[in-house]
Amino acid sequence: MDKILRVNMSDLSTKVEAVPAEWAGFGGRALTSTIVAAEVPPTCHPLGVNNKLVFAPGLLTGTAAANSGRLSAGAKSPLTGTIKESNSGGSSARLLANLGVKALIIEGAPKQDKWYSLHLDKDGVKIQEETELVGSGNFAVVQALEARFHKKVGVISIGPAGEMKMASANISVKDPDSKLRSIGRGGLGAVLGSKKIKFISVDDQGGPGVKLADPEKFKIAARTFAKTLLDHPVSGQGLPTYGTAILVNILHEVGGLPTRNFTAGQFDGHEKISGETMHATIVERGGKPKHGCQAGCVIQCSQVYNDKDGKYLTSGFEYETIWGLGADCCIDDLDDIATADSIMDDIGVDSIETAVMFGVAMEAGVLPFGDGKGVVRMLRDEIGKGTPLGRILGGGAASVGKTFGVTRVPVVKGQGIPAYDPRSIKGIGITYATSTMGADHTAGYSIATNVLNVGGRVDPLKKEGQVELSRNLQIATAAVDSTGMCIFIAFPALDVPECLPALIDMINARFGIGLTGDDVVGLGKYVLKTERQFNIAAGFTNQHDRLPEFFSQEPVAPHNAIWDFTGEEIDEFWNF
Amino acid sequence: MKITVKLFATFRAGRFAVQMQDCAPGTRIADVITALEIPESEIGMIMLNNRHADPDHQLEEGANLSLFPLLGGG
Repeated sequence: MDKILRVNMSDLSTKVEAVPAEWAGFGGRALTSTIVAAEVPPTCHPLGVNNKLVFAPGLLTGTAAANSGRLSAGAKSPLTGTIKESNSGGSSARLLANLGVKALIIEGAPKQDKWYSLHLDKDGVKIQEETELVGSGNFAVVQALEARFHKKVGVISIGPAGEMKMASANISVKDPDSKLRSIGRGGLGAVLGSKKIKFISVDDQGGPGVKLADPEKFKIAARTFAKTLLDHPVSGQGLPTYGTAILVNILHEVGGLPTRNFTAGQFDGHEKISGETMHATIVERGGKPKHGCQAGCVIQCSQVYNDKDGKYLTSGFEYETIWGLGADCCIDDLDDIATADSIMDDIGVDSIETAVMFGVAMEAGVLPFGDGKGVVRMLRDEIGKGTPLGRILGGGAASVGKTFGVTRVPVVKGQGIPAYDPRSIKGIGITYATSTMGADHTAGYSIATNVLNVGGRVDPLKKEGQVELSRNLQIATAAVDSTGMCIFIAFPALDVPECLPALIDMINARFGIGLTGDDVVGLGKYVLKTERQFNIAAGFTNQHDRLPEFFSQEPVAPHNAIWDFTGEEIDEFWNF
Repeated sequence: MKITVKLFATFRAGRFAVQMQDCAPGTRIADVITALEIPESEIGMIMLNNRHADPDHQLEEGANLSLFPLLGGG
């Protein structure tokens, strides 16, 4: 990958640049965060002309490495005001890598009230005016573009939520089945909307492809790596069979399943929304219990969930969404949740932010807890249509909390807290508090070691060892996020000794370099420190590395646990 | 003494999801696992009364024992 594509939406110009030497070793999150930190004024308005949106495939994207096709996007987030990186599966990262595109940087914003699209192919990037698809849902955009171009065209798009610049708006990426994966968190869809870009189409025909410095060495390392993914019980059996929803019953048992807007740690209806129930329902209705979101995925944690008539309802039906609308909103009907999931894909909103938001909205009395049909109606008719209520709801959990005077608002740095209660699983609380991304579970997935006994064991109910655990995981994750790898390789990486060395061997064979494990750790630390510097310059202090007050005051059943870390203890995180 | 045993994911196949059982005082978690014919190498998580526990832990009256294979997610 040897080109940087720049698109300026203020003067509608494009440029092709060589990769600067200092960026050569970066990909994915390392590259998006480096560029955002270097080129975006930290105090800019995230929806204004000075913010930039950067797309970057990972260091291994476009190779035959298993699970290497993730696409990173970065900018200043309209939801959190921090630097943001979010990534997804789908096909576009691989297509960009095949075109030799190391990064696509979108800057400026049009003055006129027109909409545009970008098209990337072997000749570079074109800006074109777009009228037909403005206002369309993401599914319709994918269908229309396959008709305009061909079945294999890559699509990156925003739904009506992104066009309306809602802070919970996501960016969708077409997957191999012409369905959608999500660059979910932090409102990056609103940034693309503020630059008046409805979609980006990608055609890699005639592109240079990805060349390997040492093809033989790569092949051997790739085989070893793929085997570790298949050998580990989590990536090799658990995830392909049940998907991430298997966590519902696990979190219920551990007492950390946030229920009824984070007022309890267990949910009576847990079995009805469990991974076991989802698996049985999918099989019964002729869906696919096992499904990959990108070519080359050997884990296949995704699934295709059909309705009771056997018709497609949704895919990529994740634990976070099921937890959020299920336990946190007390909806125990998996079909209502699946319908909601599909609408969230179509209108283009983050399913985590939106689920946490609905929990706060229910506490505020906007609709009753448990009202699955009400959630579906509000997604479709309020948020999807941009009514005044819809705009408030589409602004996310903090927006709704503020508007309705709610104190129990589970957010950090303005971003909704995901599906694990920090009072009963203290390691994830440190990640929520300290991550440069705001409340983010994948940034440093302490659940692995606090709950799942992967990578060792640290008692979730005690403070000991949690800061160190979160720190090590956040550093490692920042590095993995730069390779294009799916984060689920972390399970074998933590337990199988051959996994990480094989990953490093693949990077070395791809580029003809000699990275060590220490270099990978160094990369992760660099990414976190770069992001933190941006946040500090944007006005964030250690006082923002804190959980909402109610976590320290309201004990949560069944353990009657509270969040009891002091500020000084949390601040220890950054001692590296 | 009476205990409740809960199984999850693939452990349910050919067995059960929830079952109340009688067992002798002094029974260890490992004994229940053996009686269920689950190889110890397949055990991912053991939870006793909603906390992580080890196989050699002794059970008491009214214990809630949950057994999981090695699982994960995000």
